[in-house]
Order: sequence, then C-alpha cells, then structure tokens
Amino acid sequence: MQAAISVREVTKVYVEGANQIPVLHGVDFDVEQGEVVLLMGPSGSGKTTLLSIMGCILRATSGSVKVAGREITALRERELPPIRLRSIGFIFQGFNLFPTLSAGENVELALDLKGVRGPRAKDEARRLLEQVGLSSKYDALPADLSGGQKQRVAVARALSGSPSVILADEPTAALDSHSGRNVMEIMRELAHTYGRGVVVVTHDSRVLEFGDRIVHMEDGQIVEAPSALEIPKFLPGADVTAGAPQALRG
Amino acid sequence: MPPLARRNLVHDKVRLAVTLTGIVFAVVLIVVELGLFVGFTVTTSSIIDHSNVDLWVVSKGTPYIEQGAAFSERKLYQVLATPGVASAEKYIVRFTQWKTPEGAQESVQVVGFNPYHAIGGPWNVVEGRVEDLKTPDAIMLDELYKKKLGVTKVGETFELNGRRARVVGFTRGIRAFTTTPYVFTSFKNAQAYSDLSEDQTFFVLVRALPGTSIPDLQSRLEARVKDVDVLTTAKFSSMTRIYWMFTTGAGVAVLIAALLGLVVGVVVVAQTIYATTMDHIREYGTLKAMGAPDSYIYRVIIAQAGMSAVAGYVLAMIVSVFIVRASRSAGAAILLPWQMAIGLFFLTLLMCVSAAVVSINKVTSLDPAMVFRG
Repeated sequence: MQAAISVREVTKVYVEGANQIPVLHGVDFDVEQGEVVLLMGPSGSGKTTLLSIMGCILRATSGSVKVAGREITALRERELPPIRLRSIGFIFQGFNLFPTLSAGENVELALDLKGVRGPRAKDEARRLLEQVGLSSKYDALPADLSGGQKQRVAVARALSGSPSVILADEPTAALDSHSGRNVMEIMRELAHTYGRGVVVVTHDSRVLEFGDRIVHMEDGQIVEAPSALEIPKFLPGADVTAGAPQALRG
Repeated sequence: MPPLARRNLVHDKVRLAVTLTGIVFAVVLIVVELGLFVGFTVTTSSIIDHSNVDLWVVSKGTPYIEQGAAFSERKLYQVLATPGVASAEKYIVRFTQWKTPEGAQESVQVVGFNPYHAIGGPWNVVEGRVEDLKTPDAIMLDELYKKKLGVTKVGETFELNGRRARVVGFTRGIRAFTTTPYVFTSFKNAQAYSDLSEDQTFFVLVRALPGTSIPDLQSRLEARVKDVDVLTTAKFSSMTRIYWMFTTGAGVAVLIAALLGLVVGVVVVAQTIYATTMDHIREYGTLKAMGAPDSYIYRVIIAQAGMSAVAGYVLAMIVSVFIVRASRSAGAAILLPWQMAIGLFFLTLLMCVSAAVVSINKVTSLDPAMVFRG
C-alpha cells in the first residue's frame, strides 16, 4: 500500500543573514494510511519543521517528500497550496478558528476553498460536525464553545474535502484531559476507520495510548521509537505503564 | 463564500465606526469641494446658459461675459439682415453701483434685456412677473441678496448709479460668482444705469431660424459683421467658466482641496483596513496554510473595503444632502448633480479598494508557517 507521506533524506537549513542554521539532518520517515503517528521530542528538535515540510508549507533544502504518492520537492511555490488544499488537513494547537464565523461556517469556509458551496456545503458541514459530535453547535460562535469543542470543530474543518493526511500540531496542549482524549479518539477513528494517515506532534503524555507508532526526534534527526522505559526521559511525568501505546507495550 | 468579510468588518464596532467616519469625512469633504466647484462653475455662466439663444455677438476679443465692450447697435441690424436669423436682441451685462438705504455703496451687475421678447431675462421668478420690467425704473433681483442690498419687499425704491430703481419682483437661486448681485431690468433702463450711449450695446443675442445650421450662420455673421466675435452659447459659456475657474485660480484651489479630501480619505481608510487586516492576520495565515490561494484572501479584504465604501458612501450622501440644502440660502452654492453623486460612488469604491492595497501587500508576504508558531 502506498504511504500517505514518505520523507527521504530530508534536510532543512534556515538562512539568517550570513548564518546557516541546520534544523533537519537527513530525515527518513513514512506515515502509512490508517495509522496514527505521534511525533515527539524536545523543543527545537525539528518536529514542527518536519510537520511544516510534510504539510507543503515549508520547502525542504534537500531530499524527497511524497504526499499521497506525489513528489512535492520539485514543485514550484505556487503549486504547493493546491496540494495542501486537496490532500492535507491541518489541526493547530490554538484551534485557529475564525472567531467571527459560527462552527458550521468555519467548516463551510474550508469546503468553499475546495469548491463545495451553497446547500451542499451546509449539508457537508453538518455531517462533519456530526462526525465529531457537535451537530447541535452549528450556529455557535467559537467564543461560545469550550476548548475541546473548538478543537473538534477544527478537526471537522480539517476533514473537509476528505484529505488523505491529517497533520496536527499539539492538538491537545490547550485542552483538559477529558477533551484531549475525546479529540484523540476522533483522530484514531479517522485513521483506523477512514484510513487516513494521521501525524500528531505532541508533548502530551496523556495521548500516548492513541498512537500506533511513536517517532522520537532529537537534534533534527529521527531517533528509533523509544522503549517504554526511555519515554520518561523526554516526557516528564508520563505514566508509561498506563498510557504507553500498543506498539510500546508489545 | 461564508460571510467572512462582513463578519470581520462588523466584529469590532469601534474600528468600524472609525473606518466609516474616515470615509464619510473624506466623501463629504470631496462633495463640498467638488460641489463648490460645480456651483461656482454653473454660477459663472448662468446668465449665458439661461439666455436660450443660439449665438452671442460680442466685441472682438471678449474673454468672458463680465468683460464685454460696447459696440454700435447698428451691428444689430446687420445681424438681423443676415439670412437664417430668426431674431436678435441687444443685451447688457455691466457692473454698476447700488446705494443701500443706509447710504452704503454695493457693486451690482445690471442685466439689460428686451422684456417684450424675454430673451436673456430672469428665470425662477418667485415674486412679480417678467412683464413688470417693461415699466420705467423697474428692476428685479434675487432674494438671496435682499439683505446685502437692503431690500425687504416689492415696491421699494433705491438708487442705482444715481438713478431711481424700483423693485418689482424677486428671483430664487440666481447667484453671481463675483458676489455682485445681478439686477435685471429692461435694456433701456440698463443703458441708463450703466452710462451707456443710447446707440450702443454690449452684446447681441441671436436666435436662428428652425433648421438653420448654427456653424453656417456663425460663419455668415462673422463675414457680415465686422470687429465682433460670434460665439455659440456653449462656447461663450465655456470661455467664461474657464476664465473664472482656471485663469483666476479660484477653481484650481477648490479642486486641490477636493484632491486633499481624497488623499485624506485614502490614508484614513487604508490605515483602518490595514489595522483590521492585522487583527485577523493569524486567520489569513491559517487560510494560506490550509491552501487558500492569495486571490481568495484578496477577495475577502477587497470585499471588506467594498462594504466599507458602500456604507460610508450612503452615510456621506445623507450628510451631504443636508449640507447642499443648507447651502441654498448661503452665498456660495454647493451643487450635487446626480452625475457627480454616481461618480462619487465609484470614487469612494476606488478610494477604499486602493486603501486595501497596503493590506493586500501584507497578506501576500505572509508566511503560512506562522500558524505553527505559538
């Protein structure tokens, strides 16, 4: 089966004036369809840069990145937004909802970008909100929703147009444990039931049980999936025995 | 598209109020200045424009109506003898002195015409009749200048260039650009009031026979009548307007003020739309990250600017109508013809959309990766 995302030998070097700051050093990484991958590591390890490259928001300095089987590194700048629009759904730490639009309209906006408009967009937005358990909140403004509800609206928005990949940046960081679990359950369902490749950048030890695979990054490189005993080194306070994912328990 | 532009616009009521105030201020300023310009322009040539004749015979080199020079009335007969002329009348427009009841002197412009044919006579008569000017010493003036000239009612007598003048009626809205009121009277009276010899006139107004080619008649008159210029009404009107509005610089000053209004409007609106854009910059970054093309975001910003323009224009027109009405009883007319009102709508739209360009530049350079930064 084709990988949802395939990253090979990717490097990223930021140039600031005369300084060159290498951030990624030859990263190899695959995300399969139907799996939830937790991308973990200390701050500055390159997680967000890798997420941005996989999301076609940043360009790799070298290497190969394939999204839904399409090589994107050779594409021109203006060819990237359509890939993002068609193949990738984003979920952000701060939800990034449009505060002046209702929950339903936030989803409709994403659908509008993908060419779904009018009554069809309304119906689809209702269906997506229902999928995340918020069918009754269609007309609610983000300000009137709890953090968990906001993030679920963001998930519904990310699902518009059925992207093959969902990229989430610290989606549970601003949520209480109940809401965080709720969001992660939806993510897992998206992967396992709907076959999407889901990548979650997180520092949150509470979400470990939802990952099919944990990938650890350090100093711009992928470190092998950590053993259960090693997790506390980079996740202070993690309850490994209760929260470790299937892959680590086995 | 969900109503993102409208919601963003009305979300911050204070900012919306500032934006609309800026647009209203700019548009009203432009209306006042352009309205004054139009008012001045119309006023400078109103006597010519209301003459209802085809051609004006003026002494050679006359640049505008107030600068007419006297010539022999024998030329009137040469004009009348020219094929294609239906009628021709002598006409006077001349500065002279009015003495108020308090003894003060005021400059006025005597307009002398033939009251039997009413060519070049007063219009918008609100009290009295044009025929009343057939009587000796009869004059008619605009009610705007009653106070200035010390007139209160019909029947009062005054001194005009040392001669008796009796008010027989009033007009409404006949302003003089030079602030010297027009005083309508018969040609005979006007000759006396302006110390003009009995066999002289300043102008001859010509009406052509129906079906006559005006340019052809103009050529025939120029060939037959020596030492005069024969001008179409439109040409003489235009010469007079250009003289007062541009040669004197009065119109240029008003136009510059209108331009300043436009600049102020663009700056104020640009600033407020930019501030609104910055308020929503993270949202625009999110849109870009999601894959929205720049054009999609431009449409949101331009729609905001367009909505601001429409709302600001409507409010500005309401304010402007009050100002225009108030100006009717004032010395300077502010006119707002419908063509100008429509033109201003598009100008307002252009002003607001140009103001959005700064914001569009900002969004163009926006890095979508900002969404991953805290």
